[in-house]
Amino acid sequence: MSEKKLDYLEQLESESIHIFREVAGQFEKPALLFSGGKDSIVLVHLALKAFRPGKFPFPLVHIDTGHNFQEALDFRDALAEKIGEKLVVRSVEETIRLKHLTEPKGKFASRNALQTYTLLDTIEEFKFDVLIGGARRDEEKARAKERIFSVRDEFGQWNPKLQRPELWNIYNGKIHKGENVRAFPISNWTELDIWNYIRREQIDLPSIYFAHDREVLEHEGQFVATSKFIQLDPDDNISVRKVRYRTVGDMTCTAAVQSNASTIDDIINEIIATKTSERGETRIDDKVSEAAMEDRKKNGYF
Amino acid sequence: MDILRFITAGSVDDGKSTLIGRLLYDSKSIMIDQLEAIEKQTKNKKDGEIDLALLTDGLRAEREQGITIDVAYKYFSTPKRKFIIADAPGHIQYTRNMVTGASNSDLVIILIDARNGVAEQTRRHSIIASLLNIPHVVVAINKMDLVGNSHDVFNNIVIEYAAFAKSVGLKDIQYIPISAINGDNIVERSGSFPWHDGPSLLELLETVEVANDINLEDARFPVQYVIRPQTEELHDYRGYAGKVLSGVYKKGDRVTVLPSGIESKIKAIEISGKETEEAFAPQSIVLHLEDDIDISRGDTIVQSNNLPSTENELEVLICWMDNKPLIPGNKYLLQHNSRVVRAVVRDVEYKINVNSLEEEKAPEKVSLNDIVKATIKTASPLVFDSYKKLRTTGGAILIDETSNVTVGACMIQ
Repeated sequence: MSEKKLDYLEQLESESIHIFREVAGQFEKPALLFSGGKDSIVLVHLALKAFRPGKFPFPLVHIDTGHNFQEALDFRDALAEKIGEKLVVRSVEETIRLKHLTEPKGKFASRNALQTYTLLDTIEEFKFDVLIGGARRDEEKARAKERIFSVRDEFGQWNPKLQRPELWNIYNGKIHKGENVRAFPISNWTELDIWNYIRREQIDLPSIYFAHDREVLEHEGQFVATSKFIQLDPDDNISVRKVRYRTVGDMTCTAAVQSNASTIDDIINEIIATKTSERGETRIDDKVSEAAMEDRKKNGYF
Repeated sequence: MDILRFITAGSVDDGKSTLIGRLLYDSKSIMIDQLEAIEKQTKNKKDGEIDLALLTDGLRAEREQGITIDVAYKYFSTPKRKFIIADAPGHIQYTRNMVTGASNSDLVIILIDARNGVAEQTRRHSIIASLLNIPHVVVAINKMDLVGNSHDVFNNIVIEYAAFAKSVGLKDIQYIPISAINGDNIVERSGSFPWHDGPSLLELLETVEVANDINLEDARFPVQYVIRPQTEELHDYRGYAGKVLSGVYKKGDRVTVLPSGIESKIKAIEISGKETEEAFAPQSIVLHLEDDIDISRGDTIVQSNNLPSTENELEVLICWMDNKPLIPGNKYLLQHNSRVVRAVVRDVEYKINVNSLEEEKAPEKVSLNDIVKATIKTASPLVFDSYKKLRTTGGAILIDETSNVTVGACMIQ
């Protein structure tokens, strides 16, 4: 009897597969938001376990800001091709052009907020009723309060005070026309869980997650890759350093960490030893205000 | 390493947020940047020590009002275990949040202020823990520093609580003296309680045996999704995807599909694409049957020699979760694992006083946070066990078809 026990990664995996199948069972037009980052790569891995040998009952969708790391984009395309699933890419640049949106200005001008427009247009175009995403509750305190099935109104807005109670393993995906749901299968995973799972399952990742030489700009203690997307000034402190990425977002708002970690084991050791949180160390965009994430979520962001 | 899910019951005044903050802080699960953020806020509020409670207050509205308005989930781990904390507020108007958090918890920490002893709120939280059938209870008697770390005070509370807990049917209760604000007996054993020979709170949480809480006797498998590739090479592949909620399934087992009652045999079991001889709770699997029968989402596959109830009339306890009242005779959708059926709430027999567990006269309208005993009739049969026996097949939710909101939590009797 005693050997019939799951360890914590197996328990998390089973819970996530269960959530994937609830999404597939309850909705007409799901989509999986896939960026080529580690969390969405783990999502794809879990979806393979949930639905193979069948096809995914949804396409992979990427909202491309135009500021992504080329390594992540290449990885995205190669993975979609390898597993033979449909990939839909919609471009924020295109939305900016068509809708005459104003690009934010500044040194690290981020298209993060503009992403929401393209996301909502894509939902409209394909009539998606649920988007599966790789958000985790340990990332940020607004996310800590979000349900696994999170209902958004027709403007994509989240209302934290009107969340549905979520009991046992029962997820209520009933919505009105025009509304949609964001479903988060890895809500209960932490950053370290993700890395331990990647190690155990031997999941491939884009090369930027491992230590490499890169030209970076030092800004308030963080290292941002120099690229055509950020504005360089004469007195900028630029150098080539050995870095890796702990998260992969836009080049304009994702900072690298100095590291020599060239294997998953090395990375896990560094994460265990780190004193800084994932978003705190690597995201410039969360620092705007104490409630930055809460505000973006309310406005239809992930 | 496994997972322990627990809920903390108590109010801000009992030091609940401080306790959670302390567990996260002392187990080194709080990072420097998060600490800096709350230090900044603490300075705005008052001088002195950092306010650990700020760690758990996620939303702007909560921070402004200084209360917790919703269930928040927090994570930390030690080399022995991964912990998931459901942080539910203790105010009376938030019974629904505690019910929500309790539904998935292996353990509840009931916080008692040593100065006040067993209060009305303590009783309410304990009764909800009992109704939701949480397997393990830790009574943390907090603010011991404010009663001079008195053994007598501790003992008197234990005696009073034990008598009460017995009357409401709580089992496996452990008592622990703590001071959350000072970190006494939270992570390390404390010298402040030489009269207490027991583990620290964290040691206790690390060692509570939860694997045995999973029922491996009664096999229950609701079908979530049917995998049918319909490709040339997999022309006849038909796999029933779902999660084993309880029990064990073996290749060759005689099984019955409910509610139809059709029998077959397990031809194959797959886990993550690999064939296996057996599967057990809580694994997510794919089942294949010998016979080609019509099975779809919402059906349950069980072993033929161990059948659950299949009925369309249920006796339930309902915790009402909506601002609009429940009016007997109203129709709802009832969602029970992967099955959704139309249902009507018929007779409300009585209301449970959540402070005393006494049965009171049924109200005409059942309001938010009321817990009532009622009869529900469903449009088609439901496959279930009693909640006391199996939490996974004894719980269901009610959905208002006009608002789509989850309005009630049902525990089938």
